[in-house]
Amino acid sequence: MEQAIEVKGLYKAYKQLQVLKGVDFEVEKGSIFALLGSNGAGKTTVVKILSTLLKPDGGTVTVNGFDVAAKPDRVRQAISLTGQFAAVDEILTGRENLIMIARLRHLSHPRQVADEMLKRFGLTEAADRRVSAYSGGMRRRLDIVLSLVGKPQIVFLDEPTTGLDPEARIELWKIVKELAGGGTTIFLTTQYLEEAEQLADRIAILHEGRIIASGTLAELKKLFPSAKVEYVEKQPTLEEIFLAIVGKKEAV
Amino acid sequence: METAHHFISDMGVMLGRSMRHISRSMDTIITVCMMPIAMMLLFVYVFGGAIQTGTDNYVNYLLPGILLMAIASGISYTSYRLFLDKQRGIIERFHSMPIARSSVLWGHVLTSAVSNAISLVVIVLVALLMGFRSSAGLLPWLAVAGILLLFTLALTWVAAIAGLSAKSVEGASAFSYPLIFLPFVSSAFVPTDSMPAAVRVFAENQPVTSIVEAIRALLSGLPAGNDIWIALAWCVGIMLVAYVFAMRAYRKRG
Repeated sequence: MEQAIEVKGLYKAYKQLQVLKGVDFEVEKGSIFALLGSNGAGKTTVVKILSTLLKPDGGTVTVNGFDVAAKPDRVRQAISLTGQFAAVDEILTGRENLIMIARLRHLSHPRQVADEMLKRFGLTEAADRRVSAYSGGMRRRLDIVLSLVGKPQIVFLDEPTTGLDPEARIELWKIVKELAGGGTTIFLTTQYLEEAEQLADRIAILHEGRIIASGTLAELKKLFPSAKVEYVEKQPTLEEIFLAIVGKKEAV
Repeated sequence: METAHHFISDMGVMLGRSMRHISRSMDTIITVCMMPIAMMLLFVYVFGGAIQTGTDNYVNYLLPGILLMAIASGISYTSYRLFLDKQRGIIERFHSMPIARSSVLWGHVLTSAVSNAISLVVIVLVALLMGFRSSAGLLPWLAVAGILLLFTLALTWVAAIAGLSAKSVEGASAFSYPLIFLPFVSSAFVPTDSMPAAVRVFAENQPVTSIVEAIRALLSGLPAGNDIWIALAWCVGIMLVAYVFAMRAYRKRG
């Protein structure tokens, strides 16, 4: 199998604080990979190293076949990053944001690209409004759409659904699944177990600077004692109730 | 660097972006112009009668210092914008893309030059209404424009350091207050002769005085003498030092 990302023995410290203490994992091309961990586990540090924003202290990190420390430009050609907070220009309109990113990716028809993206992701109506007037969910959607300009092969999403309402989250999951269906490799971090369960082909758990478990959901489940059959009355979760009321029963 | 040849086009995109910011918030230019114009009105019509400068046209005497004050307040917007870009993750987004990295910073610097030039033109027009007159020809005016541009660039790089290393919005713009008040302790408003010895030594040897003297001489058609070289040395010196530190702060961020 071809690997989109290979990480071997990755170390990173901020001054005295050792954040990553020998992280190893691989991400297959075209798959969805979830890095799971609690707050402060070092997920964002991993993302920043993979996306060439931070230099590793030790180990090798290869993204799309290129070493992140030696060939950062080659890596940047293949990736896009959506950070924890929507990095959109609030003073510009949605369309202007898209055109700007298309220009920076040196695409030949930036306006046309922007129009296509707006249509494809249902943002046409809001296209000429300033982003400062967008709702949180729309801002995040635009943020992710910006990352898809120029069809990067590998997309990094750092806690993409933190702070989103359930509808926006489900919508985002749909986009992620479609992307992976189209052959894009998705690397996402999350602290929501359900999100990893819903989306990921493979899951790795980062804890105290190391990957303590990784595999498919089925493999991870095998690490635990086999399931016992118990009868438990199933109450709907508040999220299910909410979604049923707002008419999104079919989603997910 | 294989992205180096994109530098010009990337910087063009960055410049276009922040010029849009300015054109959509003209209030920033008005804010920048307001304080220096108010100072000019105050000094000409309130204090002016009591100030002995040895010239018959106090607006002419005052204008160079007012222009420097406008630049010092104008550049605080550069550090504000840089701080927001950093805080909102926009710099990180740009840095994860295959672009010439320094184009992000240069876009802000060029924008600062353009927006300050607009404020300076507005202030000169107001000064004309208040009786400012210059006998200088095209060449001295170009020299004045050059000095003002260099001073703008020098302070903009100082602003970049503040914007990149600030921890809060207030911190990002507060650094400019001492710069705005530097002209008061110089020959910008009153001749330095009347100042107590210690203050006078400071006033006569700080950058604003030589820059003010050089511009004043150029605008009144007098030979600028040594002041113009001292002024240039200050501007270039500040610019180089600030550039080095700003780039260091920038690389650390990104």
